[in-house]
Amino acid sequence: MTVTRADTPLRRFVADYLTSPLAVVAGLGLAVIVLLAVFAGQIAPQNPYDLGQITIFDGSLPPGELGFEGFRFWLGSDEQGRDMLSAMIYGLRISLFVSFVAVGSAVLIGLGLGLLAAWRGGSIEAIVMRTVDIQLSFPALLVALLLLAALGKGVDKVIIALILVQWAYFARTVRAAALVEIKKDYVMAARAAALPQWRILFGHVLPNVMPPVLVIATVQIANAIAIEASLSFLGVGVPITEPSLGLLIANGFDYLLSGRYWISFYPGVALLITLVCINLVGDHVRDILNPRMQS
Amino acid sequence: MTDPVLSVRGLRTEFATRAGTVVAVDSVSFDVAAGEVLGVVGESGSGKTITGFSILGLIDRPGRITAGEVLLNGTDLRKLPESQMQRLRGDRIAMIFQDPMMTLNPVLRIDTQMVETICAHRDVSTARAREMAAEALGLVGIPSPVERLRNYPHEMSGGMRQRVVIAMALMLEPDLIIADEPTTALDVTIQSQILSEVQRLLAQRRTALIWITHDLTVVAGLAHRVAVMYAGHIVETGAVDDLLDTPAHPYTQGLISSIPSAVPRGERLVPISGMTPSLINLPAGCAFAPRCPQADARCQAERPWQKELTRGHALRCFHPLVQGAAS
Repeated sequence: MTVTRADTPLRRFVADYLTSPLAVVAGLGLAVIVLLAVFAGQIAPQNPYDLGQITIFDGSLPPGELGFEGFRFWLGSDEQGRDMLSAMIYGLRISLFVSFVAVGSAVLIGLGLGLLAAWRGGSIEAIVMRTVDIQLSFPALLVALLLLAALGKGVDKVIIALILVQWAYFARTVRAAALVEIKKDYVMAARAAALPQWRILFGHVLPNVMPPVLVIATVQIANAIAIEASLSFLGVGVPITEPSLGLLIANGFDYLLSGRYWISFYPGVALLITLVCINLVGDHVRDILNPRMQS
Repeated sequence: MTDPVLSVRGLRTEFATRAGTVVAVDSVSFDVAAGEVLGVVGESGSGKTITGFSILGLIDRPGRITAGEVLLNGTDLRKLPESQMQRLRGDRIAMIFQDPMMTLNPVLRIDTQMVETICAHRDVSTARAREMAAEALGLVGIPSPVERLRNYPHEMSGGMRQRVVIAMALMLEPDLIIADEPTTALDVTIQSQILSEVQRLLAQRRTALIWITHDLTVVAGLAHRVAVMYAGHIVETGAVDDLLDTPAHPYTQGLISSIPSAVPRGERLVPISGMTPSLINLPAGCAFAPRCPQADARCQAERPWQKELTRGHALRCFHPLVQGAAS
């Protein structure tokens, strides 16, 4: 490997990432998806939840049809006359918001508890890790369903449910990685130099356990989107006033067999593309950060 | 001789394992004076690294120090509360580890690691700490130290990294440095360069040094006094010339005969037969007896105590190879 002065870990990571054309395409796709979600209000042709903009006369129009007031529904409309394209962009926003917030919080909780378990050991470690074991022995969807049945509907409640089913993955990974790192000489050297404990833990150990956490986080974001879509499809997820992609699919489900396929189909395609992009990016990040796969 | 910087008396460190208690260090006593280099020689598992960690108070469970005193400038470190020990560690006593790639955190820049060590012990600004770090790098012979500070460990060669580690140990001007096989991972030319520089710096600053190694040849060139460890005990200690020229303990003799260059050309090397004993169930007698050509019934039954052969040359053996004046 050629070494240059400005060879920071981040630059090496970016250079490695750019070697795979597929991953670059997926990364760009993901960037477009995120931008669409963030700027939904500016990009979507219609605000699908502004009752002043939609009219029941435009209900169930097929893709490409011209509406009552001359508005073109490129991907059709649902039975209430909402533009599907706009509804999907707004739905994407909800889906991504829910999954990013949930996974972000799960990472923080998992990092904290995983590091604590690895560093302290003893009964703290036993309690945390046995909780993780119990948690992971139930299917995520089942746990989330039970929680939402108890908590009720709502974006905040879906986020809480997702955090609760995901923190355990991070705690387990962080503990395993931290146990390996803590055994290394640089930790002993830091202790011999009498650095404060928090400094050793967060300054030295934490950056070294981040690679596997990043990989799992990307995969778990895709998982979170899928779980949220499933929950919403099953009717226990986000409320009808803030439909995510999953709820849009559920809304159109009743009309699938009557020929109005687009109400379910296009949100489904959007969900699929989103998940594929995230997974491709996650796979390639894993390949770069996995020391066993590095030359 | 002036009062020693470090004085270890009857140190005993045990590890409680499922198979039984392992006494890794037993009845270890030695002194190191300012500016003096003590070489601690022994095979893997002889307790030399644990001795180093015991001095620093870095023995983790299931291990613990069960007896002895560790006096640094007259203060017993074992009686100090952990908060005061934290202040001494890295400041008055520094440690250098074996593998420089493992000792430096791979994801942090050199300056980050040096500055945080300085700031943990000195009340100085980050800018001043950077200056101190650069000075320390310059001192150990790293060219353009200010630019080098911005490097990551993987951007440096092995010898360069070890110099960084040595600079980190020296930069707070400790009274004592414990070096655990710091040149073992380096090639011979770099090793001798670094050794001679360490020697020069220590002599200038009158820092005491404990150099832990398995390599007698390194000790011969560097140390003033040598302690040979076997199965947790110091079996022989003395001035470097005494000990290497007239080894009195059969184990020391064995170590010297296993050095390729000490044996005339064409002759076979004489290895020490057998293996180091398991520390869990040490025999009642001398731990070296099963491998010792001199051993008799007394060696099997009774553990030899430390006796002085000549002034400063002591050993634990019933049958010393050299008869001293004191015996």
